[in-house]
Amino acid sequence: MSCQQTHELIHGYLDGELDLVKSIEIEKHLEQCPTCTQNYESLRGLQSRLRDNSLRFDPPANLEKRLRSALRREKEAQSFVSRWRWVIAGASLFAAVAIIWTVATVASRQSPDDVLAQEVVASHVRSMMANHLADVPSSNQHTVKPWFDGKLDFSPTVKDLSQQGFSLYGGRLDYIGNRPVAALVYQRRQHSINVFVWPTTEAPVKTEKASERQGYNVIRWSKAGMNYWAVSDLNLAELQQFVQLLQEQT
Amino acid sequence: MDQRTVRFEEVALPHLAAAYNLARWLIHNDQDAEDVVQESFMRAFKSFHGYYGGNSRAWLLTIVRNTCYTWLQKNRMLMLSDPIDDKIDELGLDFADPELLFLRSVDARIVRASLEELPVEFREVVVLREMEEMSYKEIANVVDLPLGTVMSRLARGRKRLQALLTKRMGKEASIELSANA
Repeated sequence: MSCQQTHELIHGYLDGELDLVKSIEIEKHLEQCPTCTQNYESLRGLQSRLRDNSLRFDPPANLEKRLRSALRREKEAQSFVSRWRWVIAGASLFAAVAIIWTVATVASRQSPDDVLAQEVVASHVRSMMANHLADVPSSNQHTVKPWFDGKLDFSPTVKDLSQQGFSLYGGRLDYIGNRPVAALVYQRRQHSINVFVWPTTEAPVKTEKASERQGYNVIRWSKAGMNYWAVSDLNLAELQQFVQLLQEQT
Repeated sequence: MDQRTVRFEEVALPHLAAAYNLARWLIHNDQDAEDVVQESFMRAFKSFHGYYGGNSRAWLLTIVRNTCYTWLQKNRMLMLSDPIDDKIDELGLDFADPELLFLRSVDARIVRASLEELPVEFREVVVLREMEEMSYKEIANVVDLPLGTVMSRLARGRKRLQALLTKRMGKEASIELSANA
């Protein structure tokens, strides 16, 4: 074996990683080559120096204790999760369902005003379809108002607004929010306006609330202990003008 | 305590000294080495289901070594400025300084300082080979390199270490001389 080959394999020889044949060849070469022997001895010296225990870093005395308690904590965390896995999963599912249910209920729950608005619009539509706008067809407010006497436990204010372009068409009994109400019918060109009136004990709604339902404009307000709901297929601006006039009169 | 924790402690804790020694040589700092060892043990515990017996020391030291590298990277202390080219033969035929023959009498401080100066890629194979007396095959597993590369890293590491030692011994000698003068 040459010096070059020995040089390459000497580390494997030093580390006992060579097969028997190669090891014997190296040994033969070392026997007759002082340079390679010196190199080998130098490496052996380095190796034994590095294997000196004083070069090792010993773990601090408390490290093992620290590891054991860290393992215990880790184990507890793991077993808590695994022991309660189904409970946690169940609770999460329950919470999710509860949230969805709550959101759905809240979203679908209608305010009392919504229910009333629906009834009011339905009444308006019904009165148009059945061609039953008025029980007392009259443009005379002095005919319409007394007609309600004895039919209702209140007396609605009835004003003719034909001077302002909204002619009184008549009056009708209707039923809204589980009670009989007065329906006053006005006409503007070919549009009918239903005004539903009934007494209320709730705080007055001074500002009108306008909304649109099924293509009809709805405006509600209250004044002097009365609820007013005006419904029409009239455009909102004209309906608001009508409501304005009616409020001035009542 | 449950069986799995008992079994893990039986398998892993006997290698605590090796784990700490490796971490300390790679990290250079007591406190950080302790933290890295603890993190390594937690990682090992979590992946214990993937350990099917066999060389438990190599298994644990692989985790320690990887955790150390993660730590070094995170702390920007991994001096991998020049990726090690394992194809370069830097062994040459120049022979060791005869002075190194007297290495056995050299102060342990000089050996320690020289080894600490060695780039981490060489330092780790030297530590695993000389201090843990691991075989090339075990080292190859731990540092995830082919066997041949392990041998060449060791050879080059030793060569560099010899050079570092010679330099330090020369310095020490001149300090001693000036102290005596």
